[in-house]
Amino acid sequence: MSATKENKSSEYLVEVKDMKKWFPVQKNFIDQVFARELEYVHAVDGVSFKIRKGEVLGLAGESGSGKTTIGRVTIGLEPKTSGDVYFDGIDLSTLSREELRKLRRRMQVIFQDPLASLNPRMSLGESIMQGLKIHYPETAPQHRDIAIETMEKVGLSPARFYFNKYPHQISGGQRQRVVIARALITKPDLVLADEPIAMADVSVRALLLDLMVQLKEEYNLTYLFITHDLATAKYICDNIAVLYLGKIAEIGNLRDVYSAPLHPYTQALMAAVPVPNPHDRRTTPMPEGEIPNPIHPPSGCRFHPRCPFAKPDCSKVEPELREIMPNHFVACHYAEDFK
Amino acid sequence: MNENDILMQIKELSVTYETRLGPVSAVDRISFDIYKGEILGLVGESGCGKSTMGKALMRMIQPPGYISNGQLIFEGEDIMTYDEKQMRDFRGRKVSMIFQDPMTSLNPVQRVDQHIVEAIQMHEPKTKVEQALERAKILLQKLGIMENRMTSYPHQLSGGMRQRVMVGLGLVLNANLIIADEATTSLDVIVEAKLADQLKEIRDEFGVSLLVITHNIALVAELADRVAVMYAGHIVELGSVEAIFDNPMHPYTIGLLHSVPTIKLNEREELYKMGGEPPNLTHPPSGCRFHPRCPKAMPICTTHEPDFLMAEPDRFVKCWLYQDHPEKESQSTEVSK
Repeated sequence: MSATKENKSSEYLVEVKDMKKWFPVQKNFIDQVFARELEYVHAVDGVSFKIRKGEVLGLAGESGSGKTTIGRVTIGLEPKTSGDVYFDGIDLSTLSREELRKLRRRMQVIFQDPLASLNPRMSLGESIMQGLKIHYPETAPQHRDIAIETMEKVGLSPARFYFNKYPHQISGGQRQRVVIARALITKPDLVLADEPIAMADVSVRALLLDLMVQLKEEYNLTYLFITHDLATAKYICDNIAVLYLGKIAEIGNLRDVYSAPLHPYTQALMAAVPVPNPHDRRTTPMPEGEIPNPIHPPSGCRFHPRCPFAKPDCSKVEPELREIMPNHFVACHYAEDFK
Repeated sequence: MNENDILMQIKELSVTYETRLGPVSAVDRISFDIYKGEILGLVGESGCGKSTMGKALMRMIQPPGYISNGQLIFEGEDIMTYDEKQMRDFRGRKVSMIFQDPMTSLNPVQRVDQHIVEAIQMHEPKTKVEQALERAKILLQKLGIMENRMTSYPHQLSGGMRQRVMVGLGLVLNANLIIADEATTSLDVIVEAKLADQLKEIRDEFGVSLLVITHNIALVAELADRVAVMYAGHIVELGSVEAIFDNPMHPYTIGLLHSVPTIKLNEREELYKMGGEPPNLTHPPSGCRFHPRCPKAMPICTTHEPDFLMAEPDRFVKCWLYQDHPEKESQSTEVSK
C-alpha cells in the first residue's frame, strides 16, 4: 500500500513503517585521528505500527527501550534515520518546514514534567493561548474566550481565577491540567502523551487519567500514550506495544496481550509489576541482568541473554514480528509455545 | 508483640522546618514501634513527611529543620541523648540508609571495594584491608555482584547493581535497621522486583529490620509485613499488610488503595478519584488534616484532631469514625436536627 500526500482519507491517523532512529556516538579525539568508524546508539531499530483514528496506542517499555524516541519521531520532532511515517496519509518527510509547522497544530504533546514544560514567566492563560497565537493569529480577539473555555474543560475552574496565575502558584496536578489545556486548544487530532502522569501522586493520577479519557471522547482525540507503567496503561490504552531495545517485542489489543502475553519479555515485565494485594504476591523469579547497551545490541533475538526460555537459535536468528493470534503480533521464535 | 521484639520505639516525634512563612511541622507527634526482623512499609504521597521521618530516625535532619520533640528509643536507649560522636557510631553500625539515587550516594572516583573497605575501617579501625576485602567479597556475592565487578567504579555499573552496592554498604557493619527511602523508585520494574526479592532475602538471612519508605503502594503489598500510611505529617493508619489492604479503616487509606491501578484484568476497572490535593503544611487544615478531602467528614473533624489510637490488636488509626468525643455526639445531633 502506498500512502502518498493525496491519500488523505485513511482509516489510520498514524502509520509508521520500519522506523529507525540511530544517534551517532560522539567520537573522541583519538578516534578522529585514526578516522575510526562512527558508532551508533540504535534507539529505534525497525518499528512499525498503525493507530486508527480515535484509538489509544500505548508504548510500554523500560528506560532505554526507545519509547520516547519513537514518539518524537512520529510527530516529526526528531528526524528519522530511515523508514516511513505517515500522519493522516501525509508522508512527513515530504513536507517543508513550513508545511510541517502548519501540520503541528493537529499533533500536540504532553510531557512528563509540567513544571519544565511551562514558561515560569508566563501566566497560565498566556501559556495556554500560545498555540492559538501561532496557528490562528487571525482570530486573536477570541483567544481569551477559547482559552477560558478550554481551562474549564480540563477542570481549571474557575478559569478566570487561574488565568493570571503563574506555574509556581499552583499544584503539580493543576500544572498538568494547564499542559493538557495548552495541548488541546488547537483542536489537535493526535496527542503524544509522554509519561503524562508519572510525576503525579496516586490520588491525583486517577483524576488526570480520567480527565484524559473524558477529553478524548469530547475532542475526538487519538493518543500515542508512552508509559513505563503497564498497570496505568490498562486504564486508557486500546492497544499496546511492548518495546525492548528499540524493537517491538509484542503488539496487539491490550486485553489480548494482558490476558495471554506471548513474548517472554512481556511475561517478565507483567509479572514484575507489583499487585496491590498482599494475598497475590509474585512467586516467579525475575530474569537476570538489565536492558543491554543499545550501541551493540545482542545478536539474534535481543532478549535472548536474559530470556529464561532461550534456545541456541535465539542468539543467531532475529525473530520477525508474526501474527500469532488475530491482531496480536509477537517477535519470538517460540511464541506458539506460550499460547 | 512483647517488649523484646521491639527494635526501635518512636515516641511523639516532631520535625519542624523554619521557613520564611513560619514553622512547618513536616512530622507531627508521631509514635510507632519498629519490630525486630520486620519489613515495615511507610507509604504516603509527596510532601507527607515520609522522607523527613526516615532521616529523623537517624537524626540526620539538616537546618533549617530540626527535631522539635520526641524520643527515639533504640534497643532501650534514647538516641536523642547521644552526642555527635555516639551518633556517628550509631549511624552505619546500628541503622543505615539507602536513598533513591545511588549515583549521588556513591563516590564517583572510588571503586566498589574501596567504598566497603572504607565503611568497615571507619567503624572498626583495627580491621586490616585484606580482611575487610574478604568480608566485602562474601557480602557482595550474596547480593549477586560477582568478584570481578568489585573493582568497578559506580558509573560502570547498572542502576540495579549500584543500588545493591548501597544495600551491601548498609549490611557490612551488621546494622539492625536499614531504612530504604524510595530505594527502588528510579529502577525499571524488572530490576525493582528483583531488588525487592533481595531485600526480602536479606531480611530472612540477616534478621535485619527494614523500613521501606515509598509512594508505591503496590510495592508495599508485595514486600511489607506491616504498613504505616502517612498523610500531611501524621501516621493515619498502621497495621499488618493484610489488615490494611483487606480492611482499610481510615478514609484516606480507603481512597488511596482504590486509586492504585492494577495490571490484573477484570479487577478494579474503575479507579477511585479522590478530590483535592494534599495540603500545604505551612497552614495545615484544622482538626483532622484530611477532613477537606474526606467523604465521611463530620463536624468534629473540622475542629478537633483525632488521636492515634489502637482500634484492634496491633492496629492503629487516627480517625473520629473510630473514637468517641463528648462533642461528637452533640454535634451530630445538631446536624440531624
